[in-house]
Amino acid sequence: MKHFDVVIIGGGPAGMAAALGAREEGASVAILERDVRLGGILNQCIHNGFGLHYFGEELTGPEYAARFREKVLADRGVTVYLEAMVLSLTEERNVTAVSPTQGFIELSAGSIVLAMGCRERSAGAIGLMGTRPAGIYTAGMAQRLSNVGGFLVGKEAVILGSGDIGLIMARRMTSEGAKVKLVMEIMPFSSGLKRNIVQCLQDYDIPLRYSTTVTRVTGKERLTGVYIAPVDEKLQPILEKEEYVPCDTLLLSVGLIPENDLLTGMDVEMSPVTAGAVVDEYRQTSVSGIFSAGNVLHVHDLVDNVSEEAFIAGKSAAQYAAGKLSQGECVSVAAGEGVRYVLPQRVHKGEGKVRLYFRVNKVYRGKSVVVRSGDELLKRKKTMVLAPGEMQQIEIEKSLIKGDISVALEE
Amino acid sequence: METTCIMCPMGCALTIEEQDGVVKVRGNTCPRGEKYGVNEYVDPKRMVTTLLKVKGGGVLSVKTSEPFRKAQVSAVLQAAAKVLLDRSYKAGEVVVKDVAGSGVDLIATADLIFGEKA
Ligand SMILES: Cc1cc2nc3c(=O)[nH]c(=O)nc-3n(C[C@H](O)[C@H](O)[C@H](O)COP(=O)(O)OP(=O)(O)OC[C@H]3O[C@@H](n4cnc5c(N)ncnc54)[C@H](O)[C@@H]3O)c2cc1C
Ligand code: SF4
Repeated sequence: MKHFDVVIIGGGPAGMAAALGAREEGASVAILERDVRLGGILNQCIHNGFGLHYFGEELTGPEYAARFREKVLADRGVTVYLEAMVLSLTEERNVTAVSPTQGFIELSAGSIVLAMGCRERSAGAIGLMGTRPAGIYTAGMAQRLSNVGGFLVGKEAVILGSGDIGLIMARRMTSEGAKVKLVMEIMPFSSGLKRNIVQCLQDYDIPLRYSTTVTRVTGKERLTGVYIAPVDEKLQPILEKEEYVPCDTLLLSVGLIPENDLLTGMDVEMSPVTAGAVVDEYRQTSVSGIFSAGNVLHVHDLVDNVSEEAFIAGKSAAQYAAGKLSQGECVSVAAGEGVRYVLPQRVHKGEGKVRLYFRVNKVYRGKSVVVRSGDELLKRKKTMVLAPGEMQQIEIEKSLIKGDISVALEE
Repeated sequence: METTCIMCPMGCALTIEEQDGVVKVRGNTCPRGEKYGVNEYVDPKRMVTTLLKVKGGGVLSVKTSEPFRKAQVSAVLQAAAKVLLDRSYKAGEVVVKDVAGSGVDLIATADLIFGEKA
């Protein structure tokens, strides 16, 4: 069995940044990636808008990925296994994978970084009613078929969900000559960026209906149409107002789920809110030596944040493997009023700064973000607007930590 | 004209009108919104990213070298749809110069190795 200081599972932006972080500590690193190349989801995100924070310029997804890929591939301290699907992982940090070119791969590691990304919620996951004809895709699947394969998935489309992937696909399909009739959002607000609503929908006169959902689909072999209806406050469809929209394609952009199946049977504490592991500021899970970063930890909207988070995870994983990761007393970090979750969920007392990332549970205007530790106020920051679609961050000094931390919204 | 300011997450709803040759913006909360509104009214610009077809199958992702006049977006997309590539390209290379007379070029955003199956 081959041994590496740090073994990284997944070679998307998180895996690549983790590798660079670990290399900064001089660790020997292996990346296991099931696809034919590094880059993850970014390879199919051909639009621009990536990297404004990390590189200070706007890049397309493939360009952002290439910046990291070139660094990773040029580094002789990183061994990259492609077409290597990881099948199992143990708490003793043994990893097995299979690959069509290299057969069965077995590695042992000083530490592990989980960087498997997420998958999309499907028709089954949202209990979509009606037949199961061809023409129903998750938005990301349609994006991959279009942008990597060069196939247009349909001619007349309706999109359910106004997250960024759905908005981007509305523009993509229109650009390719298809007609996007309607985008629907079950909530009264969109989790997508304003920029995407303007430049992907308004620019192309594509209507967006809030508080509306698909009630059932029709069609035998190919989709022929969808029934849609507005929803009440409890998100239940008002069936008397149901109407029919003929179409041959339905794209679902209804949320992402961290791909944590590898952890089944292990004693890694999971968060019911993020569906990712519970971690400390090093992005270390409850099983020591196992770290997590990127979309497998919590769903990110900006890849820049993924790179930053994964760099920390990789660096810390290397320090752990070298026996140098200082770990003292921990306090817990909780989400208070108005906050859906905060990450990391645990922070060590000590020196230096730590940045807390959080999401609010609905749109708020004019609130203050308040961080408390024990009974003491650590920070108060006035905000104009907070939306669930945009991850927020606030930095605190570790030396000021007195007890458990909470992040909440106040007047 | 009505639009949404995209300069910050507030997303103010803007109404833009021309009165006696002067462009007026209403609904903005701050000066950035006014500037954005005037630009959107007078000379809106967009970047375009799209795909070019490769002879024998596959696609190459490209972007415009700069934002260009929004009114020309559909002409650029139509011109791009007609391109059929028959050689290899490096990311960053100009693939189509001055596409559809827009003044901007289409630039490869990934490597294309012609003849290699994707
Ligand atoms: C369809 C889709 C579209 C998106 N579009 C945008 C966008 O337009 N803009 C934006 O900022 N963000 C977008 N995102 C969010 C984007 O995923 C993140 O910004 C970022 O790509 C996450 O990086 P990651 O490395 O955590 O995950 P990923 O990029 O998903 O990478 C995970 C990698 O792990 C590999 N992997 C998973 N399981 C295994 C296994 N068992 N063995 C081996 N390898 C494995 C996968 O093949 C993949 O390469 C999108 C997400 C999705 C799902
Ligand atoms: S007008 Fe000002 S406050 Fe309103 S969205 Fe634009 S930048 Fe933000």
